Amino acid sequence: MMNLPRPIADEWLVDFAAGSAPEPVAVLVESHLSMCPDGRATVARLDAVGGALLERIEPAALSTGALERALAALDTPQPAAPRARVGAIGSPIPAALLPYTGPDFGALAWKPVVKGVDEVILPTRGPATHRMSLLRVAGGRAIPAHTHYGDELLLVLEGAFEDGRGHYARGDVCAADETVSHSPRADRAHDCVCLAVTTGPIRLTGGWSRLLNPLLRLARR
Amino acid sequence: MLSDSQPAAIDALVRDIAAVARFQDRAAFARLFGHFAPRVKAYLLRLGADQGQAEDLMQDVMLTVWRKAPAYDAKLASPSTWIFAIARNRRIDALRRDRRQRLDIEDPGLLPEPDALPDRTLDAGRWERRLAAALEELPAEQAQMLRLAYYEDRSHGDIAQSLRLPLGTVKSRLRLAVAKLRTMFEPDQ
Repeated sequence: MMNLPRPIADEWLVDFAAGSAPEPVAVLVESHLSMCPDGRATVARLDAVGGALLERIEPAALSTGALERALAALDTPQPAAPRARVGAIGSPIPAALLPYTGPDFGALAWKPVVKGVDEVILPTRGPATHRMSLLRVAGGRAIPAHTHYGDELLLVLEGAFEDGRGHYARGDVCAADETVSHSPRADRAHDCVCLAVTTGPIRLTGGWSRLLNPLLRLARR
Repeated sequence: MLSDSQPAAIDALVRDIAAVARFQDRAAFARLFGHFAPRVKAYLLRLGADQGQAEDLMQDVMLTVWRKAPAYDAKLASPSTWIFAIARNRRIDALRRDRRQRLDIEDPGLLPEPDALPDRTLDAGRWERRLAAALEELPAEQAQMLRLAYYEDRSHGDIAQSLRLPLGTVKSRLRLAVAKLRTMFEPDQ
């Protein structure tokens, strides 16, 4: 059954459309958009703002021979388009995410966080305050209750979860900030895999991982 | 304000994209280059690229325009909107180039869903004029949010920090601005 996701909140779509989203946020939003036609429609409208910007901007001087270089490049062969890949349980991995995870989630170096919850950190060149990871929550298990410093975005890739505020299935984004305390619990039927991005000033050490860090150390012992 | 001559200019750009798509028309490409290359470069400079980076990325954007011209649909976007989206996407790609060989602008994540756009009957020129009107009708505080996001590469979190506004205030202003922009795409009454 296909879930038709609700679009992520507009401020994230503006960040993406304007090109101002840091790398982890851009990856999450682009992955979400690949599953969310309504979100794509909003981005198409926001692109018109960028189009208006291009029409109004003071044009810059080009280097000499810029047009000649462009014309000479027109005949260079075009690289092949990437093919769609299929994830561990048959869900396609969004093209934006694939370079960070590879085609098989099962082959990643998952680290236990608490019982029933595993994580893989996905390094990015985003700000030090931002953190991107994959979370895998076993069917019926929950991420311990936590609150946030800055924002937390959870994009469902496989399975589904609920957090008392809503039920989230493939393509949905659960957004939480410092006003939210929640304990996402995976549906019983399947493990739930999410792409998680947390933001926020580094002095607050960003998101629920802060609360889980002591547990993570315990689990590794 | 956009001048009255704008629609004709947009139509000419649309025709040039079509000529590139159908006939690989280099003269049409050169006209598109003349109009857009200095604008794309100016945009990239504005976002903090240096001269060399901006020039290289602009070349990359214009080559993408040449290759993707057959995918352009004037019912979905004006030429400047389409090329802005290409420039934005190529820039994202460049920022993570060592990880991502290339970003396919035909990835469904980057193209509007034709059926999701409520009004496909608007031509590019009317789109542009409606947008200009909508942008000018935005309250100053909302227009400021969009300006910082698009012109100065600030995420909504950065905007809140630099203006010392609560994050919630920035979010609600952006949501109001987007709601306003959405109304301009509603079908005529």
